[in-house]
Amino acid sequence: MTPDKHTSAASDAAPATARPTLEVDRLNLSLKIDRHVVPIVTDISFSIAPGEAVALVGESGCGKSITASAILGLPPENATVTGKIVLNGRDIAGFSKNERRKLCGSEIGFIFQEPMTALHPTLTIGHQLTDTLRNNLGLSKKAAMDRAAELLDRVGIPRPRDILKGYVHELSGGMRQRVMIALAISCDPSLVIADEPTTALDVTIQAQVLDLLEDMRTEMNIAMLFITHDLEVVADFCERAVIMYAGDVVETGSSRAVVDQPVHPYTRGLLDAVPHKDGSTEKLTPIPGTVPQIGDWPKGCRFAPRCPRRSPQCELRPEVEPTKRGQVRCWHPLEETVQ
Amino acid sequence: MTALDNSASEALPSGDGSNPVTANKNVWERLIGNPTAVFSITVLLLITLSAVLAPIIAPGNPMRVNPVHRFTPPGAEYLFGTDNLGRDMFKMVMWGGRTSLMVGLIVTGISMSIAIVLGSISGFYRQVDVVLMRFVDGLMSFPGIVLAVAAAAILGPSVSTVIVSLSVVLIAPSLRIVRGQVLVVRELQMIEAARSVGVPTLRLFTKYILPAVMSPILVQASFIFSAAVLGEAGLSFIGVGIGPNELSWGNALTEARNYIAKAPWIVFFPGLALMFTILALNLLGDSLRDILDPRLARRR
Amino acid sequence: MLRYIGKRFLLILPTIFVPLILVFLLLRLSPGDPAGMMLGDQATVDQINALRQELGLDQPIWMQFLLWLKGIFTLNLGDSIFFRKPVIEIIPSYASVTLLLTLVGLTLAIIFGVTFGLIASMNRNNPVDRGVVGWAVLGISLPEFWFALLLVFVFSVTLRWFPVAGYNPPSAGMIAFAATIFLPALALGIRQSALMTRMMRSSMLDVLNEPYITTARAQGLPEKKVIGEYAMRTASIPVVTVVGLSASYMLGGAVTIEIIFALPGLGRMLVEAVGRRDYPVVEGGVLTIALVLAMLNLLIDIIYAYLDPRIRYQ
Repeated sequence: MTPDKHTSAASDAAPATARPTLEVDRLNLSLKIDRHVVPIVTDISFSIAPGEAVALVGESGCGKSITASAILGLPPENATVTGKIVLNGRDIAGFSKNERRKLCGSEIGFIFQEPMTALHPTLTIGHQLTDTLRNNLGLSKKAAMDRAAELLDRVGIPRPRDILKGYVHELSGGMRQRVMIALAISCDPSLVIADEPTTALDVTIQAQVLDLLEDMRTEMNIAMLFITHDLEVVADFCERAVIMYAGDVVETGSSRAVVDQPVHPYTRGLLDAVPHKDGSTEKLTPIPGTVPQIGDWPKGCRFAPRCPRRSPQCELRPEVEPTKRGQVRCWHPLEETVQ
Repeated sequence: MTALDNSASEALPSGDGSNPVTANKNVWERLIGNPTAVFSITVLLLITLSAVLAPIIAPGNPMRVNPVHRFTPPGAEYLFGTDNLGRDMFKMVMWGGRTSLMVGLIVTGISMSIAIVLGSISGFYRQVDVVLMRFVDGLMSFPGIVLAVAAAAILGPSVSTVIVSLSVVLIAPSLRIVRGQVLVVRELQMIEAARSVGVPTLRLFTKYILPAVMSPILVQASFIFSAAVLGEAGLSFIGVGIGPNELSWGNALTEARNYIAKAPWIVFFPGLALMFTILALNLLGDSLRDILDPRLARRR
Repeated sequence: MLRYIGKRFLLILPTIFVPLILVFLLLRLSPGDPAGMMLGDQATVDQINALRQELGLDQPIWMQFLLWLKGIFTLNLGDSIFFRKPVIEIIPSYASVTLLLTLVGLTLAIIFGVTFGLIASMNRNNPVDRGVVGWAVLGISLPEFWFALLLVFVFSVTLRWFPVAGYNPPSAGMIAFAATIFLPALALGIRQSALMTRMMRSSMLDVLNEPYITTARAQGLPEKKVIGEYAMRTASIPVVTVVGLSASYMLGGAVTIEIIFALPGLGRMLVEAVGRRDYPVVEGGVLTIALVLAMLNLLIDIIYAYLDPRIRYQ
């Protein structure tokens, strides 16, 4: 991996000149469970510029995948979503289900974590690719086949014509994820959401897939929302990072800054809990306690029960404050907020 | 799976056999808390009671003909009416249940016992397994009632013929379930350990295997019971079952079909008793499975 | 694929031979002399001995088995004692009735089962779903001969929409055929349709939770295509696998249904042959049913492999 390849493009704040591809403003999502309305994510705000990669980071159960599903327009059936989701200047949050469905695939591509189960087991790769192409671009059967072969070639799959006739179980893990990527970018989307796209892969394959994603992103100027729990990947691959904890955004900023000089105690904790790749012998310190049950968020600062810096003040909910390189939601940040 | 009644096929072997060895202590409590189970047990109890108490509730010979009162519609004198020979349908339903339920009970007992023994052997000895499973395949895909009809041809219709032939054709699905469960259980570490220290196979069987296969067997028994009751009724209905001198719900319907225009109640009541019995047994099987194997229950 | 079919074929052989061997053993090992039973009380000793010789009953049991096997492979099933004609000439007309009955019943069962199962899974846990699930439980518990009698009472006796009994072959015109086959097929198919409803519902509910369904939606495919093609494609697999069992069950159920509706089918032939102690016909009937089931199961295996490419590689 080549770190900091995009420092030029990655200004620390979102570029003010270009219109962002995606702008999420105070997105809230709650689930109706047994007649109770349970808030899952609260006031999520971030934006992604064309060609930019933004990481949505957090432990499992913090609400990052469900946030992605809300942006895509396929939240769980019992979910209520409020807030603004502005895609290329249009607020799509108010769109009907059908209108949202039309954006899927054509304007928003989605890459799933586990390509083995995310690709249809009994339809050929070609069938799935051409269905998408024909439905979204209105291509003829033959044109769609040609385009599908081109796409597979583009994501680095050898003998694309043969693979099109094959099934997902015949491919290796890396190949499967390449097919998944081909599917996601097949209709030239402006936004691609990748939900832990490398978690299910072997370490050696992970780097290849990340490289491929990066190539696609720069070549096609795609805005990418990259959901991960791997901070290592964040620093190398994304311009900016949005750290989530218990349904809250706790810190945002340039990914370098967030990884090198975290401001929120949770981010610090996350970093201390993973081994550094430079092989330093620093002791690993896990964050004490566990992530609260989904929806059962603590009052006040949600991280307070696990936080080494908590004080009585943390009983109250902190607001989002700007920092030198981003924003933080914390009463006791590791660096002073900009007043 | 059973060709005779494939509702039994719904109880597939519980794959990984979640919680196979520990006994289910509070099964009864959970049964009582399950409305479907309570309903089915109540219905079964009522049906069983009315069959057992038939000599008290409906005293007198149910086969006694009374030509003067033939085709009496249901009413105060004859609750379920009378048939073409003037026999009291209420008595026939009450008494008929005795044979139907008895045949069901005996068939379930015999076929499940054989299935447990053969299934355990099959699960423990590979060589036997290969042969036995081919046999089971063959038996399961063939309609059992056809075999039972053929058996009746040769052995002559009688209660014992019905019991023997139904027991044989209903072995297959249970055998497969027991075998599947045994295959799982024998791989458990504690069984491996017991084997390695030389615990005799028979002791292994009674101490570990049998308790482990109890849950699926209990579920299966309900379905086999219902298949047996239905099988007996079908065979008796076409006249190759328990024979004309005995009385069961199926037998009661044999003549009835000729008088369906004139006296539909003759058809209605024995069939209703039959349906309620089968419904209750199926529901009991379903709720037992829900309780004993939550992993499968989730899907229903 | 050819290897797969070959393998399935070998596995299907027991389906043919297990019931035949059971009937063979029942016939030869049962107490009493089949020849004597066949000929009845009036037969002379000479007649019985002649028949014993003709049937090979004077041979040792293993020899009888080999002779019997040879008979099956050369399709020499012996002569019917009642009709005094070769069994092989008697069976086809009966078999065609039963096959048509089963086929129509199976079609009805699949159409109703898949439709209701689909409707229920689309309406999970609302009254529609509960209604369908309730109906399915009831349907599974319906003894089909009793249900057949109820159908006759309602539609033939009371409403007079259908004839009470009898059979018109398709050659007599499709409407005439349909009039005599519909009620029997419905009675025969009702339990299977209830079973298939349950199967389709639970299989669809499982599939709808699969990630590849989310992928199809995330690709912007319309819901109709997602359900109708992507979900149905996999959800139908378990249903296809039970079709063989359903057919087997229905061939058994045909015995009672054919008697109720006076259809000249295999089931009725079998029961009548039993009454006449016409053993060659009984054996021939069992063989026919076994062969039909074997072929059907092979066909299902092939459809299965077509629907689920994963199976071809195992």
